[in-house]
Amino acid sequence: MSFLSIQDLTVQLKNGMPLLRHVSLDVAPGEVRALVGESGAGKSMIGKAVLGILPKAARLTGGKILLDGEDLQTLSQKARRQRIGARAALIPQDPLTALNPSRRVGPQITDRLVDILGWKRPDAEKRALELLEEVHIQSPDRVMKAYPHELSGGMRQRILIASAFAAEPKLIIADEPTTALDVTVQKQILKLIREMQQRHGTALLFVTHDLGVVSKIAQSLTVLYAGKVIEETTVKDFFAAPSHAYSKALLAATPKYTDPQGSLTPVPESVITAVEAEVAAFDEQARAGTRP
Amino acid sequence: MRDARGNIRRLPGIRLWLSGGWLTFLVLAAIFAPLISPHDPLAQDLFAGRLPPFFEQGADPAYLLGTDSLGRDVLSRMLYGARLALIVALVAGTLTCLIGASLGLIAGYYRGWVDLVISRFIDIWMAFPPVLFAILLIAVLGTGLMSVIIAIVVIDWTRFARVVRAEAMGQGAMDYVASAQVAGRTRFGTALTEILPNVLPTIVALLTLEMGIAVIVEAILSFVNLSISTDQPTWGGMIAEGRTSIYQAWWVLVFPLFALFLTVLSFSQLGEGLKDHFDPVLR
Amino acid sequence: MSETIYELKDLRVSFPDMSRKPLLGAAPRIDVLKGLTFDIPRGEVLGIVGGSGSGKSTLGRALTRLIEPDSGAILFEGTDITHLHEDRLRPLRRRFQMIFQDPMSSLNPRRRVGGIIAGPLRLQGLDNIKCRVDEALDMVGLPRHFATRYPHELSGGQRQRVGIARAIALKPDFILADEIVSGLDVSSQAQVLNLLESLVKDLGLTLAFISHDLSVIRRLCTRILVLYKGEIVENSETAELFANPKAEYTRTLLDAIPLPDPEQAWF
Repeated sequence: MSFLSIQDLTVQLKNGMPLLRHVSLDVAPGEVRALVGESGAGKSMIGKAVLGILPKAARLTGGKILLDGEDLQTLSQKARRQRIGARAALIPQDPLTALNPSRRVGPQITDRLVDILGWKRPDAEKRALELLEEVHIQSPDRVMKAYPHELSGGMRQRILIASAFAAEPKLIIADEPTTALDVTVQKQILKLIREMQQRHGTALLFVTHDLGVVSKIAQSLTVLYAGKVIEETTVKDFFAAPSHAYSKALLAATPKYTDPQGSLTPVPESVITAVEAEVAAFDEQARAGTRP
Repeated sequence: MRDARGNIRRLPGIRLWLSGGWLTFLVLAAIFAPLISPHDPLAQDLFAGRLPPFFEQGADPAYLLGTDSLGRDVLSRMLYGARLALIVALVAGTLTCLIGASLGLIAGYYRGWVDLVISRFIDIWMAFPPVLFAILLIAVLGTGLMSVIIAIVVIDWTRFARVVRAEAMGQGAMDYVASAQVAGRTRFGTALTEILPNVLPTIVALLTLEMGIAVIVEAILSFVNLSISTDQPTWGGMIAEGRTSIYQAWWVLVFPLFALFLTVLSFSQLGEGLKDHFDPVLR
Repeated sequence: MSETIYELKDLRVSFPDMSRKPLLGAAPRIDVLKGLTFDIPRGEVLGIVGGSGSGKSTLGRALTRLIEPDSGAILFEGTDITHLHEDRLRPLRRRFQMIFQDPMSSLNPRRRVGGIIAGPLRLQGLDNIKCRVDEALDMVGLPRHFATRYPHELSGGQRQRVGIARAIALKPDFILADEIVSGLDVSSQAQVLNLLESLVKDLGLTLAFISHDLSVIRRLCTRILVLYKGEIVENSETAELFANPKAEYTRTLLDAIPLPDPEQAWF
């Protein structure tokens, strides 16, 4: 039984331009699913749709998002916010802007617990300290009282991870959480995310453009192009042999220092043309209603 | 995503037309005031005092918007008043902009001691209470059109300097400025060709805003009898005179007030519209 | 023509640390580059690698004299440019060019592509500007009619090509590329790297390529300089560095790269 189930999700700009085209995917408890694609493929948009934070210019025009079997679209605005707040959380991309620079770190972690889950403040603070220890922060008391600018990027990302796990969500959406970090820090953060996810048995939807990262953290992946699912498979099968030509080209373009001649091959024009045609044909089918 | 934003930002077209329309009308009225005014704005006719506007009872069709307590034609006085309002707006606005924006650009782009000197100067300048400053200036310079313009420029250049400085500082940190330097462009050349075009939308918006402010300041100074000599009709002067007879002849106050309101609103809306128009990213 | 393009001797750069500036008085200075000595021979493609805070971008900006070093010396083809005044530097500038990390911020949003490429050519007083712009666009594989477009109308990869075109249009001896693929999608990244590789071959360019990511530079670079906290910790031939990394930090960097291979034991 999957914890998050997205069925036929369609998101469009107000002018009708599609951002997501009938996307379906599932994430089971304890599973890590990677969402892969180039910029504009709509991979972040899926996470935003699930969390109910779509940008103003976009709107959900079709499909279902089931969180723990419950269709979010059938709920009232308020009930939906409450459900999402209690069951899902986000690890954002940019640790620099995700924390309010003029507030201390501690309250920024406990706010969620107090406001959404109605905890008492001392309990929330105790929990925050535990969490900071769990993400391997050396002196949690000191960090709780620190302002974000006093901490390094990696440290801030640890705090955001702690904060995401604070309310014991069953689903975490990580939106390119290491893109802004150095490779060495990236490794530590990925390790931490994996460790936390395994310990808490969380379902994790991991948005990234880096297939190297996918191969390390995920068990399954969904490849997107122009908001359409191109391939959906397990990590093991994908890296053994991707089935779609576009996925194959994407893998060949990924840098691999152990194979300088065989990697960093640009996606051929013919592959782009073919996948564009596939998306167009898909739209045509969807319009004609012949697709099941 | 760009498309969506473009669509949302494109809506202001209508306000650009409305505000531009009113201001064009005003400019034409000001230019042709001597030709289209039905009466001499200064001519008094004590037998025709406080005549109501055309839509009220007892109106004289020769005085479309009525007369004031001295029997002067409100419409004619407003048309001539528009001349002064616009002259003040254009001249004071432009001068304020030139002085303030240049200093802001220099401070924001050159930084260092130049910035230090200009910024401290701005801080000190802004510590003077503006209205007292203006009244003091006019007391020293004497009343008259030039004094009003000088007073506005002297008070308000800091607004431009501050905003343009901040904007130029932001642009100065962009890589295309470094890139111009790598290409061998001089500091001054970079300020002119790289920075200025990017702060221009802001300057345009501020300029039109300033024109609106100039109209208001002129009206305020007229209201306290410190603007241009009392026998020249100004909107502020009319409002001041109308205030004394508001219960007997509301039109003497309301019509110039409405013109003032529309004009100031139009200037600020024009600025917003032009700002978008000047931006190739949004265009 | 000298065989060494750049010669650096004990280069030191420091910046004021505004975050620790006392209420009154000057801010304390942080040493960003702590005495770097190395050469860049003609025809070399040098990779400059390091994490954030390693000083790699500062080194790039010192090489192109966007910043003035505190001490030490930078010799460009034998000329000491360390403290050269901007007026004296200007004629030399044509010969060392730079491609920037973020093509969105390095291309003036209010100028068309043609104007962006032509700007430096005009400044250096060259003739046949139109021809040179077309030639540069051809070389980076952009259609000539792109000259009339604005930067925001292009994709990330195309913008970065414009940045490259602007640099090569001047036919410089040396180009510094500062993290130019880190903001791009993998396919654009591969395209831009391939383009640079062929330009180096065709034009005989000397190139310094700054990156935080060792994995993208193996094929392109002939030698790699690893910086850590403002110091050179390794300066090796590329093959040598990957086969047998000498510095502890180089090994850490290599270990941190996630290879696209689920079989590799990584964590």
